[in-house]
Amino acid sequence: MQSAINKKQRTTNIELFNLKKMTEEIIIAGFGGQGVLSMGKILAYSGIMQNKEVSWMPSYGPEMRGGTANVTVIISDERISSPILTSYDTAIILNQQSMDKFEKSVKVGGCLIYDGNGITRHPERKDINIYRIDANDEAAKQGILKVFNMMVLGGYLKVKPIISSEFVRKGLEKSLPARHHDMIPENEKAVEIGKKIIKQIHAAN
Amino acid sequence: MKELRLMKGNEAIAEAAIRAGADGYFGYPITPQSEVLEYLMAQKPHERTGMVVLQAESEVAAINMVYGGASCGKKVMTSSSSPGISLKMEGISYMAGAELPGLIVNVTRGGPGLGTIQPSQSDYFQATKGGGHGDYRLIVLAPASVQETYDFVKLSFDLAFKYRNPVMILTDGIIGQMMEKVELGDQIPRSTREEIIKACPWATTGKTPDRQRSVITSLDLDSNKQEKHVLKLGAKYDKMEQDEVRFEKINCDDAEYIFVAFGSSARICQKSIEIGRAKGIKVGLIRPITLFPFPKKPIAEIANKVKGILTVEMNLGQMIEDVRLAVNGKVKVEHYGRTGGIIPTPEEVLIALEQKIIGG
Repeated sequence: MQSAINKKQRTTNIELFNLKKMTEEIIIAGFGGQGVLSMGKILAYSGIMQNKEVSWMPSYGPEMRGGTANVTVIISDERISSPILTSYDTAIILNQQSMDKFEKSVKVGGCLIYDGNGITRHPERKDINIYRIDANDEAAKQGILKVFNMMVLGGYLKVKPIISSEFVRKGLEKSLPARHHDMIPENEKAVEIGKKIIKQIHAAN
Repeated sequence: MKELRLMKGNEAIAEAAIRAGADGYFGYPITPQSEVLEYLMAQKPHERTGMVVLQAESEVAAINMVYGGASCGKKVMTSSSSPGISLKMEGISYMAGAELPGLIVNVTRGGPGLGTIQPSQSDYFQATKGGGHGDYRLIVLAPASVQETYDFVKLSFDLAFKYRNPVMILTDGIIGQMMEKVELGDQIPRSTREEIIKACPWATTGKTPDRQRSVITSLDLDSNKQEKHVLKLGAKYDKMEQDEVRFEKINCDDAEYIFVAFGSSARICQKSIEIGRAKGIKVGLIRPITLFPFPKKPIAEIANKVKGILTVEMNLGQMIEDVRLAVNGKVKVEHYGRTGGIIPTPEEVLIALEQKIIGG
C-alpha cells in the first residue's frame, strides 16, 4: 500500500517536472588551466545524457593563451536561441578578474558562486544569491587539486539541482577519454565534497 | 537510439565527412577552423573508411587536390577560414567552370586581409556573388547550429553531385568553436570504383574502348562553344533557384516586424525575439538557409504584411542587398551589424530594431 502511494507520488512529481520548462544560462569564468572549459563540457554532456538541449560557447583566441578563460553553458528543455549572452542565471567565478567582469552580469534574483581563493574584492550585490565554495583550499588540503573543478561543479549542482548524479556520471564517461575512466570515482567524490562545502553567504533581497 | 555527442561545429564537419562516405579531405590549418583537420587526423579515417586526409602545403594546393579528386568522381572537400578561402578562389572558379562537384567549408573570421581570428559574416559577398572570376554560382548553405553543420555536409555532397557544382558551407567562428548536441547518422560506405564509373560517366576514371574519353577542363577557346557552355551553367543555376531554396520562419505569423539573419546571427535574433515579445514587440525571423539560391519569395511575401525589416549580419551590410531586391521597395529595410570580430548582443539588436525600424 505504502509503496503504491509512493509510486503514484513519484509519477506526479515527474509529470510536474516535465510540465515546467527549464532554461539555465550559466557563465563559468576563471584562469586558463583551472578546468573552466572542461567543467562546462562535463556539465553540458551530463545535460545531453539527461535529454536536455545544450550549448557550450568558449572564449577563444588570445585570451585563452594564458589569461582568463570563460565559457557560456546553456541547458534547456527547449531549443536554445543565442549561445552568447550578456546576462546569466548563474555565474561561477574562479578569479578576481572574472568577478570584476561578471558580477554585474548576473540576472536579478540569480546566483553567483565563487571560490574565495585569490579574491580580494568580494561580491557586493544585494539583489542576487551569493554562494562561496572554498574548493581550491579543500582540494589542496586533500591533495586532489586535479579535480578542483569538479568540486565547484558539485557546489553548483547543490544550488541548482538541474542534473542528477547518475547523469553526471554518464557525462563524465562521455567527456573523459577511455584511458582516464579510472579517474571517474575520484571525480564523482569531488562532486560530492563540493555539495557539502558550498555555503550561502547572501540571499537575494 | 541514435548516437548523441557533444561536439564543436568544426568537429561535426569532420565527423560528418567521414560518415558521409567522403573519399578525401585536403586542408591547411587556420584559426578558427583548425579543429577540422585536427579531428580528422586524430580519427585516422584511413583506418575507418579508407578516406584520405592530407595536410597540403598551402590552401592553393589543397583546392587543386580537391579539383583533382573531383575530376575522378571522388567525394572530396576542403575547409578553411576567410583569408584561406580567398586563396582557394581561383580553384573554386575552375571547379565551377569544369563542372566539378566538391565541398568547400568557410568558417568565417573577420576581414579584410588577415583581419582577426574572431567570428564574422563578412564573406557573404564572396560566397554568393563570385569571389572567383567568371559567371558562376555556388550553392551556399548557412548552418545555424552544430547539428545543422553536421547535416549539411552530407546534403552538400548530395547537391554537389546532383548539379556537378561546388557547394559551400558558410559558417563562422561561433558555430565552429561552440559545442552542442549532435545526433550522428549511420556510416555511409564510400562509393566503389564501379559505382563511381556508373554514377559519374563524365569523370576521368580510365577510358575503355566502349566510350569517348572524358575531358575535365574549364577552357574553350571557341567562343561559340564557350557561350553554349556558360548558358548551360546558367540553366543549372536557374534550376537551383527553382528547386533548392531553403529557409526557416520563426514567429512570423503575427509579426509586425521581421529580422532577416543567417547562421549565428539568426541565433542571436531568436533571443532578441524572446526579449522583444516579452516587451510586446511582435517581431519574427526569416532565416535564409541557402544563401544561394536566396529565399526571395518568402521575403517578398512577408514584405506585404509587415511594417519593416531589419537585416542582422556580422558585417557592414551585405545580405541586405538581396533582401532589398526581394522586398523591391515595399517596406523599409535597414541593416544592423558589428564587425571586426565583435558579436552583437541580443539586446543591442532589439535596440537597433526599435531605433531604425519601429521609431525610424
